[in-house]
Amino acid sequence: MQELLLKKISKMNRLLILGVGLLLVSVYFLPIWHISLDAPQYPEGLGMRIWIDKITGSSPYDLQNINLLNHYIGMHEIVSESVPELLFMPYVLGFLIFGAFVTFLHPKVYLVILGILNIIILGILGMYDFWRWEYNYGHNLNPDAPIVVPGMAYQPPLLGCKEMLNITACSFPSWGGIILFVSLGILVFVIWSEKRRIDVTK
Amino acid sequence: MILIGLGYGCKNGAATAALASDAAKRVYVAPGEKDEVYAFLSGGFSGQMSVYGIPSTRLFKIIPVFSVFPENGYGYDEETKNMLRTTHGYVPWDDSHHIEASMTDGKQDGRWLFLNANNTPRLARIDLRSFETKEIIEIPNSAGNHASPFATENTEYLMAATRFSVPIPQASVPIENFSKGDFKGTVSMVKVDPKSGRLSLELQILVPGFDYDLSHCGKGKSHDWCFFTSYNSEQAYKMIEVGASKNDKDYILAFNWVRAKQCLDQGKASNFGGEYYRNYLPENQPAISEKLSGVKMLQPKDCPGVMYYMPTPKSPHGTDVDPTGEYIVGGGKLATVIPVHSFSKLMEVKDKPEHRSGTIMDIPILKYESTLAGEVKKPCLGPLHTEFDGKGYAYTSCFVSSEVVKWELGTWEVEQHLPAYYSVGHLSIVGGSSKDPYGKYLIALNKITKDRYLPVGMELPQSAQLYDISGGKAELLSDFPTVGEPHYSQMIPAKLLMDKAAKIYPLEENKHPYAIKNEKDARVVREGNTVRVYMTQIRSHFKPDTIEVRSGDTVFFHVTNLEQDFDIPHGFAVGGAPEMPNLLIMPGQTRTFKWKAPKPGIYPFYCTDFCSALHQEMQQYIRVLP
Repeated sequence: MQELLLKKISKMNRLLILGVGLLLVSVYFLPIWHISLDAPQYPEGLGMRIWIDKITGSSPYDLQNINLLNHYIGMHEIVSESVPELLFMPYVLGFLIFGAFVTFLHPKVYLVILGILNIIILGILGMYDFWRWEYNYGHNLNPDAPIVVPGMAYQPPLLGCKEMLNITACSFPSWGGIILFVSLGILVFVIWSEKRRIDVTK
Repeated sequence: MILIGLGYGCKNGAATAALASDAAKRVYVAPGEKDEVYAFLSGGFSGQMSVYGIPSTRLFKIIPVFSVFPENGYGYDEETKNMLRTTHGYVPWDDSHHIEASMTDGKQDGRWLFLNANNTPRLARIDLRSFETKEIIEIPNSAGNHASPFATENTEYLMAATRFSVPIPQASVPIENFSKGDFKGTVSMVKVDPKSGRLSLELQILVPGFDYDLSHCGKGKSHDWCFFTSYNSEQAYKMIEVGASKNDKDYILAFNWVRAKQCLDQGKASNFGGEYYRNYLPENQPAISEKLSGVKMLQPKDCPGVMYYMPTPKSPHGTDVDPTGEYIVGGGKLATVIPVHSFSKLMEVKDKPEHRSGTIMDIPILKYESTLAGEVKKPCLGPLHTEFDGKGYAYTSCFVSSEVVKWELGTWEVEQHLPAYYSVGHLSIVGGSSKDPYGKYLIALNKITKDRYLPVGMELPQSAQLYDISGGKAELLSDFPTVGEPHYSQMIPAKLLMDKAAKIYPLEENKHPYAIKNEKDARVVREGNTVRVYMTQIRSHFKPDTIEVRSGDTVFFHVTNLEQDFDIPHGFAVGGAPEMPNLLIMPGQTRTFKWKAPKPGIYPFYCTDFCSALHQEMQQYIRVLP
């Protein structure tokens, strides 16, 4: 085990790690998550994108229109400013990219494992945080709202689709999220291939 | 006998039903599906333009152009009332006949439509992004702007000619002087800015005092020319019905607009009087009304080669140029043939003295046979207008015999008679007046419709009929009632327009001087006896929501709709307001409701366009203090 942890990784895998670092840079420019709302009265659909540092509509005015719909049920207005996590998320991503470059310069397997753990921990924390925001938005409704449906909550799904009144809400990773998953996959592949090289030489 | 009768009746009925159900399928557009073609129909005496889907013939919209429209406040509010300003004052109605589509290289380009106003000579530009009237220019030195607005191949110019010849400049002369040459007509060249579409009057040409009826401009080889029909070459001024129907031939005026422009550039046109208004509606701002005066006027004698008369039987009405630009088809209201002139022959003979039979005001009259390409013999009674399918066939409407006649260009043989119900005027084929017809549908625009629909009092619905012309034989598919008299139409393939249609006015681009973009800026500002209310609307409330003014105040409600969602206009109306109707304010738009505060009391104001679940709650109060 110790042999694997301290092993210097191959040139090919080293380049893959560099690739992960560069790939992760694109996450600054791509949405991580996407929530879409479909309803008969919105034939073109409404959507929201969650980026590393902001929340926007899928088209320029979607967020404003989602908020206008939500105000009937007393949901708080969704604005980037109300989510403080978005302030430090770019730094967390920067830390991951920094880690990739460090691993490229100091190519040891244990650093790759550290990277995997970082992504998994951040992923779990991120998803939990996302769920918590969804829960709060969906449950903490203004009691003075024009429409109050007793017992009704409007929490969108964490992953997948859900019917809420006549609206189908779907929540899936977007390109940025997919890149995070792909990065994780590449790192796991690197460990697997290093392990395999040890096994072959034995 | 009864059995036979029944059997015959059933058989016949079944055949009709089968045909009807087949036609029904071809015009059926299922829920959620879209029509293939936009049809823009002028509203005749309604002064408006209406938008239909083809083949379903569903009415989508009425675009107000020359007449006020209480439904959305066009012509009433502070933003649009300047659009209807003329030298005669504010004219809130007109009689609009001909729709022209903007073209590039002779093909529809889906940017603008143009419409004429006959009564108070004007010409309008409608933007096909917003489907709104953006500009109206008045035509001076004209009485009855009928032969208008016909565009040149690249929409360089729109042509406009006088229907009623009058003394130019206007003067009170004895009416019998009409036949002594005191009455004149004009042909106007209105320049269209290729980028912005802005209109300007570049040149007028003084022409003999006939009645100029219709026009079409050339294409391809005849690019430089436009053709105008004229009637009453007799210059009758009493019982014109008889007096103007005496001559066996009247004229099509062939006008070389490129030559006219040359003569203008060479300084051959002189300064002439004439005042006119030009009204322009910038995007989401109040209309700007400018009063302009003076035009450049060209006399045909000073510009040889600018005009020729082609004799055409008898009281010609329509003049239509085929897609190749070679054939100029005349529609003689009282003629028994459809005469077709050849552009090539016109070019060949126009300057040869042996082909001339005289001159009028120095305009050469050519001999009828010299420019004739052929005649369609005995086609029908009262041939009027012709459109082309792009496959070598022409379709001519016949008013008196109520039919559409299909005939072949070149052979001049009639192929088919199609009955029309009843008294057809103009025809329209998709792209049929352009270089590139999309010859699938034809509509016959009927002037009189008897007993086709449920009776609704003395005035029966105006109507149009849809034919499929894609196969060998044209077939009637359906008929449908229309708004006003459906005078002329342009049909445009949907794919050219639908994706370009604007959905909202972006709030950040709103440059209206009284716009506010945030509820926080909503306020009431008093300036002496004038009160300005800077108001916002969003589902489902107004800000400010309670207002106090004093009796006699002039109150301007500058209302901005903060929505940025497709199809969420809000309405605005004040109870009992005597001078203003409703306003419909589009998402991101600012419009102004002017109100003279009446006697003290409480006056409700509310949203009139059902906007949301709480639309009915979108209502507030104004208190008028003594």
